Amino acid sequence: MKKRLRPARSASRARAVTPRIPAVIEREQVLHVAKLARLHLSEDEVEQMAVDLSQILQQAELLTEVDLDGVEPTSHVIELQNVLRPDVPRPSWPRAQVLASAPEPSDGAFRVPSTQTDDLAE
Amino acid sequence: MAELEAVIGLEIHVQLATRTKMFCGCELSFGDDPNVHTCPVCLAHPGVLPTVNEQAIRFALQIAAALGCEVAPRSIFHRKNYFYPDSPKAYQISQYDIPIAGAGKLGDVRIHRAHLEEDAAKMVHVGESGRIHGSGASLVDFNRGGTPLVEIVTEPDLRGAAEAAQWARLLRETVRQLGVSDVNMEEGSLRVDANVSVRPAGSEELGTKTELKNMNSFRFLQRGVEAEIERQKALVEAGGRVEQETLHFDPASGSLTSLRSKEEAHDYRYFPEPDLVPLAPTEAMLREAQESLPELPAARIERYVAELGLAEDVAATLATDPATAEFFERTAAASDGIEARMVANWVVGELAAALRQADEKAGAADSKVEPAALAALVAMVSEKKISHGSGKTVLAALVAEGGEPAAIVEREGLAQISDSGELEAIVAAAVEANPAAAEQIKAGNGKAIGAIVGAVMKETKGRADGGEVNRLIRQQLDL
Repeated sequence: MKKRLRPARSASRARAVTPRIPAVIEREQVLHVAKLARLHLSEDEVEQMAVDLSQILQQAELLTEVDLDGVEPTSHVIELQNVLRPDVPRPSWPRAQVLASAPEPSDGAFRVPSTQTDDLAE
Repeated sequence: MAELEAVIGLEIHVQLATRTKMFCGCELSFGDDPNVHTCPVCLAHPGVLPTVNEQAIRFALQIAAALGCEVAPRSIFHRKNYFYPDSPKAYQISQYDIPIAGAGKLGDVRIHRAHLEEDAAKMVHVGESGRIHGSGASLVDFNRGGTPLVEIVTEPDLRGAAEAAQWARLLRETVRQLGVSDVNMEEGSLRVDANVSVRPAGSEELGTKTELKNMNSFRFLQRGVEAEIERQKALVEAGGRVEQETLHFDPASGSLTSLRSKEEAHDYRYFPEPDLVPLAPTEAMLREAQESLPELPAARIERYVAELGLAEDVAATLATDPATAEFFERTAAASDGIEARMVANWVVGELAAALRQADEKAGAADSKVEPAALAALVAMVSEKKISHGSGKTVLAALVAEGGEPAAIVEREGLAQISDSGELEAIVAAAVEANPAAAEQIKAGNGKAIGAIVGAVMKETKGRADGGEVNRLIRQQLDL
């Protein structure tokens, strides 16, 4: 992960290095993330979001003050590994049940707006 | 301007032949009705959790072992986020900075990495007439969604289209012989993408690359890469620049078209999958993967050439067909004093032809021909007890009914004529019956001898030794 927190040797040095995550979220970044998340934000919301996200990041930045020398990055909170399932089939759901919640089932499939146009990117 | 050279790297997606999906117990299938192999996990209903298929890990470790990859002592899964109807979770579970397998090598090409992930659903795009422009629809079938995949990424070590296709064949054969995938390109269980760039020959720097997709056969892979190399060379030579983009190969026209990317910014916002714990292959798992490896094509070719003296192409033919290779080895073992090279030529040459001739779908190993019988036949031909032509006749009989060559030779009266007086008489008659040919031979036209040899062979039903017949004809003509 590019954005993994860098272990800091000390609080003072941590402040001395340039934080990897900008403490201030600009309007462009809000729009970019909103686009990736397919969120339509009003002009007011964009402004508010920039403020809120900046504050959240500043809060997270406090973590850089912790001495993390020799601490492995945590990818999971439980100390477990190799939790595996035997390769044995289990019954799938009946198709009628699967499609029951589909807004527009068609020929046994989920019918969705065309992906060959820009519909989804809007 | 310096000569431009192509630089090619491949990305290969291999669907694993497990019984169930990567993260749920739905059965894998191909060609079934849509959406009959789905469940709340692979449809991403709220609150469901993925569980890792043990067999997929085993298969991935076998691939890693076959490619000589370093296995990560501890690897984790990541979420690759994108919005598209083929992924109901709005992310694909994949691996990112710590894949299960790191650097390796197959043939002359270095492997960069190999990682585990899940396949996306299949989408069929349907047009819709009568509605406003662009308002077609797509039908989504989630049967394929969640199929275990291993993605293998090479270093950019390939320099030509033919070389790339050839190496991809070696990889497919290697994976096929591991038994971890069907490796069927048409059905999509093996998918090859190519990264192509050009640079001045001798340069160490890499040019801007394009990614080619949808080449669902090795022939198309070669044609697609060839076309792209030509396009880039022409562009650069005309002073233009290559744009980084994804290109779709159209086999019908052989042309490449630019694809609109799924996620414009290619910003997948990877983060560690919190629902899955790390993988840390144990010594036992690694040993099991290593011990399960059959002799793979690259190693087999080397052994046949170095130890048995086979021609490279014959060795390569056998190496792509382990059952026939096994048959060859048993035949060679049963052949006392006959060169393995000769036995191999019979297996990939005459026997393969005889099986084709008989429209026999079974390979040599499943045919009625026993290795010992073929060994005996090759010995008879080699010792000139029967002619090469008769050998083929016997082989056809062995393919049809099995049995012992000696008995067939006896029954069909194919034994070489050993009484030289008898053969001399037949030759004399043939020379007399073909005076024109005889004159031409005397006049120095060596080729004319064929007519007389043919006549002798016809008379003896192929039971005469060609060399001996030639000698007798010349003797007859006082040459």
